[in-house]
Amino acid sequence: MEKIYDVVIIGAGPAGLSAGLYAARGKMSTLILEKDKTGGQISTTNEVANYPGSIENATGPSLVARMVEQCKEFGAEMKKDTIKEVQVEGKIKVLVGEKETYKAKTIIMAGGASPRLMDVPGEKKLTGKGVSYCATCDADFFTDFEVFVIGGGDSAVEEAIHLTKFARKVTVVHRRDELRAAKSIQEKAFKNEKIEFIWDTVVEEVKGDGLVESVVFKNVKSGELHEYHADEEDGTFGIFVFVGYLPQTELFKEILDMDKAGYLITDDNMNTNVAGVFAAGDCRVKSLRQVVTAVADGAIAAIQAEKYIANVFEE
Amino acid sequence: MLAVDKDTFEKEVLEAEGAVLVDYWSEGCEPCKALMPDIEALEEAYGDTVKFVKLDTTKARRLAIKQKVLGLPTIALYKNGEKIEEVTKEDASKANVEAMIKKHV
Repeated sequence: MEKIYDVVIIGAGPAGLSAGLYAARGKMSTLILEKDKTGGQISTTNEVANYPGSIENATGPSLVARMVEQCKEFGAEMKKDTIKEVQVEGKIKVLVGEKETYKAKTIIMAGGASPRLMDVPGEKKLTGKGVSYCATCDADFFTDFEVFVIGGGDSAVEEAIHLTKFARKVTVVHRRDELRAAKSIQEKAFKNEKIEFIWDTVVEEVKGDGLVESVVFKNVKSGELHEYHADEEDGTFGIFVFVGYLPQTELFKEILDMDKAGYLITDDNMNTNVAGVFAAGDCRVKSLRQVVTAVADGAIAAIQAEKYIANVFEE
Repeated sequence: MLAVDKDTFEKEVLEAEGAVLVDYWSEGCEPCKALMPDIEALEEAYGDTVKFVKLDTTKARRLAIKQKVLGLPTIALYKNGEKIEEVTKEDASKANVEAMIKKHV
């Protein structure tokens, strides 16, 4: 007989791993599916200073590694697969993956969000050629080079500070005249001598043949354009983009209720509009998207899944 | 997969005859580490016709930049020492790498 899992979790970021830990610890058969890297967005973050208790060795990957270990200890299964289609009408839900088809009594959607692109000419062509969305992946290439960081939120400013360990100069380019990042992060950035700021400015175009060679900036107030060229000796420079996120909820389009931006709508118990399907973490509508709120969502979703199974499947 | 460095890259990749696939990666790059088992699986399937090597870019930064690689992960296919195609970042998936191999080899 084909295996029917109690809980199948989509996404192995903090929300999915927390759900997995709680579900498996509750003696439910639990499968966590991940299409890409374990850990989600946090695994590309160098410093996790605001997760309570994560003082020692608090990098994204180390925190994730500990979560994975805990999950497995309680008996959660983890597989790498990309889900292409879900059928949620029946009592038993079906998830069609690239590699396998899975059956489950409940689904916890913890697919997270991915970095938003600037959507300007040259950006796609020069990704991995100077344009980057992952400081931990690519910072090292820009040792002694110049780097621009696009954005003004927590991620942008934190990564700008991180990049000063490599680049000789880091310029934060923000579309408003003040940062959106937390005050404590802002203070650190303003004190850093290697960081400069360009306000009220967006990127219009990225240019280069094989590598980034220049970038065109536009002042949003005056409309004035300015092209910055790579230092002749360097030949190139970095553009790190942190301009927000897009929820990874395409799979549930027209199945689950979502807001205009594509974030899943849930109640306080992580219930979506379909019974037995829960959502947790960055992919749902919420006011704060952090590790600490993601793991809380995951825990609630897992406990609610357990209750749902007890009600629906057991007399 | 054969690990190459800045000293052996020339001989193993640029002076090599036939097809060589280079996995540009680094220890700090989580997506690279997630992808590597897929590349190793492709080596099982295509290892007879394509030579698979990996380069840790943290110790070969200038070499990588010279090869126009400034982002990870990047999987590049070389033929007779010339880079003919590459996939990088989000596009660096098992399916896309396999398609690239099938197209050229």
